[in-house]
Amino acid sequence: MNVEWYIVLSSLLFAIGAVGILIRRSPIVILLCLELMLNAGNLALVAFSREVGNQQGQVFALVVMVVAACEVVVGLGLLVAIFRRKLPLNVDDLSELRG
Amino acid sequence: MEAVLFFIAAIGAIGGALGVVASRNPFYSVLALIAHLFSLAVLFLLLTSAFVAAAQVVVYAGAVMVLYVFVVAYVGEGGESAWEPIPGQRFLAPLLGVVLFVELSVAVLSSALKALGTHGPDVPAGFGDPAAIGTLLLEKFLLPFEATSILLLIAAVGAIVLANRKREESA
Repeated sequence: MNVEWYIVLSSLLFAIGAVGILIRRSPIVILLCLELMLNAGNLALVAFSREVGNQQGQVFALVVMVVAACEVVVGLGLLVAIFRRKLPLNVDDLSELRG
Repeated sequence: MEAVLFFIAAIGAIGGALGVVASRNPFYSVLALIAHLFSLAVLFLLLTSAFVAAAQVVVYAGAVMVLYVFVVAYVGEGGESAWEPIPGQRFLAPLLGVVLFVELSVAVLSSALKALGTHGPDVPAGFGDPAAIGTLLLEKFLLPFEATSILLLIAAVGAIVLANRKREESA
């Protein structure tokens, strides 16, 4: 398969994740859509790494995975804290920090 | 054979992504994301990156998704309101997504990147296996490797502080 197929697939997955972030209101699903976008980036990194024939892109993909894991841990911690304070789990209602 | 596998995995990945966005119940969204991650692991294997594929299945589809399932079970479903703060958001957002996809595709495909339409160079047998990635991580990328470990530590401490029950009671 040509590398460009992987890149087009990656941009399609990225766009789906972006649409999910725009239309969903539950913070859990928004975090899941963030994972979709990060994974689309990972796919592009690995595809370019294969295209160039250099393994360093795969190290980048691994670092992105670590960052995604950190994001999940902090995001889910925030969710649990919001839930404990009996605030609504809806990003439209949680707008007090909006400038 | 490779093309068949690619299209099966690509359809699985797109279907999983659409399932994440479209399902009403967050639990089904998590399950769809697991299917999506497995399809991506197949794609990584097709791109001869065995270690990244293994890490994807073990770390992502295994550990991270279990965390999601726990939190979804703890928090509950929490039905979404149909109320839209921006009129027409549900129609404008997919339109924006299509525009984003077209823009990204045009930007990449019309670029002057060499070998984009080819299969890529022939790689040696050990390309992307754990030994090669480990050597890179511990020799060339030692400093970023240690930095990510500190990042993980900070995230763990932050999660404990955020979810600590006693601080809330005293506050």
